[in-house]
Amino acid sequence: MHIVVCIKQVPDSAQIRIHPVTNTIMRQGVPAIINPFDLFSLEEALRIKDKVGARVTVLTMGPPMAETSLRKALSLGADDAVLLTDRKFAGSDTLATSYALTSAIKKLSEEETVDLVFCGKQTVDGDTAQVGPGIATRLGFQQLTYITKIESIDQGAREIVVHRRSEGGVQVLKTALPCMITMLEGTNTIRFGKMDDMFRAARYGLKTWSKDTTGAEETKVGLKGSPTVVSKVFVPKPRAQKATMVEADAPTPDAQAAAAVEAIFGAQPKLADELLARAAGL
Amino acid sequence: MSEPSKPQGRKFQLPEHLKEYKGIWVIVEQERGSVHSVSWELVGEARKLADKLGVEVGAVVLGADSPELNAICGDAFTYGADVVYKVTDPVLADYRTDPYTRVMTDVVNTYKPEIVLLGATTLGRDLAGAIATTLATGLTADCTELDIYMDNRSLAATRPTFGGTLLCTIQTLAYRPQMATVRPRVMSMPDRDDSRTGRVVEVFPNLRETDVITKVLSFIADREQNEAQLAFADIIVAGGKGLGKPENLKLVFDLAKVLGGEVGVTRPLVQAGWTGFDRQVGQTGKTVRPKLYIAAGISGAIQHRVGMEKSDLILAINTDPNAPIFDFAHLGLVGDALTILPALTDAFGKRLSVNRLAG
Repeated sequence: MHIVVCIKQVPDSAQIRIHPVTNTIMRQGVPAIINPFDLFSLEEALRIKDKVGARVTVLTMGPPMAETSLRKALSLGADDAVLLTDRKFAGSDTLATSYALTSAIKKLSEEETVDLVFCGKQTVDGDTAQVGPGIATRLGFQQLTYITKIESIDQGAREIVVHRRSEGGVQVLKTALPCMITMLEGTNTIRFGKMDDMFRAARYGLKTWSKDTTGAEETKVGLKGSPTVVSKVFVPKPRAQKATMVEADAPTPDAQAAAAVEAIFGAQPKLADELLARAAGL
Repeated sequence: MSEPSKPQGRKFQLPEHLKEYKGIWVIVEQERGSVHSVSWELVGEARKLADKLGVEVGAVVLGADSPELNAICGDAFTYGADVVYKVTDPVLADYRTDPYTRVMTDVVNTYKPEIVLLGATTLGRDLAGAIATTLATGLTADCTELDIYMDNRSLAATRPTFGGTLLCTIQTLAYRPQMATVRPRVMSMPDRDDSRTGRVVEVFPNLRETDVITKVLSFIADREQNEAQLAFADIIVAGGKGLGKPENLKLVFDLAKVLGGEVGVTRPLVQAGWTGFDRQVGQTGKTVRPKLYIAAGISGAIQHRVGMEKSDLILAINTDPNAPIFDFAHLGLVGDALTILPALTDAFGKRLSVNRLAG
């Protein structure tokens, strides 16, 4: 079984700060990490490898420095890594990105047929959740997003049973390989790398592919291949920075609680109605 | 922080063959006969945008034919739709990416709307990503604001990026339809107008179940599960280290019960074994966006903050008036969570039961 895990190197969003005077993002010193949502998918791929045996290839599209994230993934147990990098990819939106990544997955499939593609649910910098579905659609793979659990995988019958989160509950789905899976956050915990994998990751000869390596068409990547354009970027109007302190008639818990209830319903009149409706229905 | 002055957006010419794309559509999200409220919020928003453009609002309702589905079509008119595209087939009974994508691609190609909107839910984001790819058009995810730039009649979709530190406005220029998913509860719910009606366009896609590879084996509704369902909870009461000892977590559960909400905790509590990981809110746990988040004895470390700061209303209770949580909570209460939590449980209980008797 050949599994491809698509990852993205992103700035650690928890550490991004806005310059208080110029209102611009301060990127200096912000460490680059593997998109945290990708780690849940990587871990799941590695678990399949542990359980039924598989070759796990990590794939990323990005600038040459994204190599760091690929080596990190190798140190966690991935077998191979491909860096898809080309100036012509710059400015790609999600449609163009899924096209470029698909061209690389097709090339990987020529070496060994790809049965499963894992993507992160979304990235922490773009937050679109669109590249995974884009890849699935282009490859004609079954699309399984927001997966909370892989219940079983049968290599012989090429069947997989998964739990998929939907708004009111969980769908239990049975489908056939090949498929594209995005894992919901919190469904597993990424492992610690083994010492020999860390050494292997450091020595590993990374595959670096360009647009021409995968045969991607120039008109379908970069700005040319992107239907969307960013017409402006701005800093949100900061809301009243500090919390409004609830004023109580007396410094007792009861008075404070009563004042808090009034403050909540004052701020969210609709919520009051909903709670009352719910209480009435109990 | 300055809003740009006019002219808005990019200058471009829409190719002639795309000018026939007209109207604004909302794909109504219905599962097992109930509609996600974001769909009606979007019909209301589409109404405003359509009036600006002078075009019709179309609501697309997909599913197996049933009385419930007909009722949903009627509701679409009362919330502001002019046309309902009622797409029925037994294969569409449960949501599955593949048949829904195929059908929606065909319907869009046939009727050519200029804008297609969906809720940014698990269904909407799954489907939108697939449709935008088959149609090879632009899609903007998880928007919080929509507008029309009148100088080129294009959709201006604004969304947060970099975890909400920046907003960006995105346009789809020489491609149609222009697609966007919109966050639930950002647009206001439109008022119902029961006198409104419109025309129904029936579509019968004639699908075959044997052509669909993915099968739904079962559906486990959240209310049948023991696990905490934080990500979709409307109300969350959360506790942190300020609670002192594991027994005190009961105070949080008591308040959550009165409110019909879920219980969340910070990472240190999970690490200390007070409760399971399914209740952890924050960077390495769940990201939540409830209507009300009550944070009791939580200092507001960044790792927790990123998981809950998008909540509609945050009430923070902490003994330390300088705790960072008061920097981003909406309402603050300086005091001991151990005494205030039971008082809140009492106050909410009374408030809700008094009205229950009155009603």
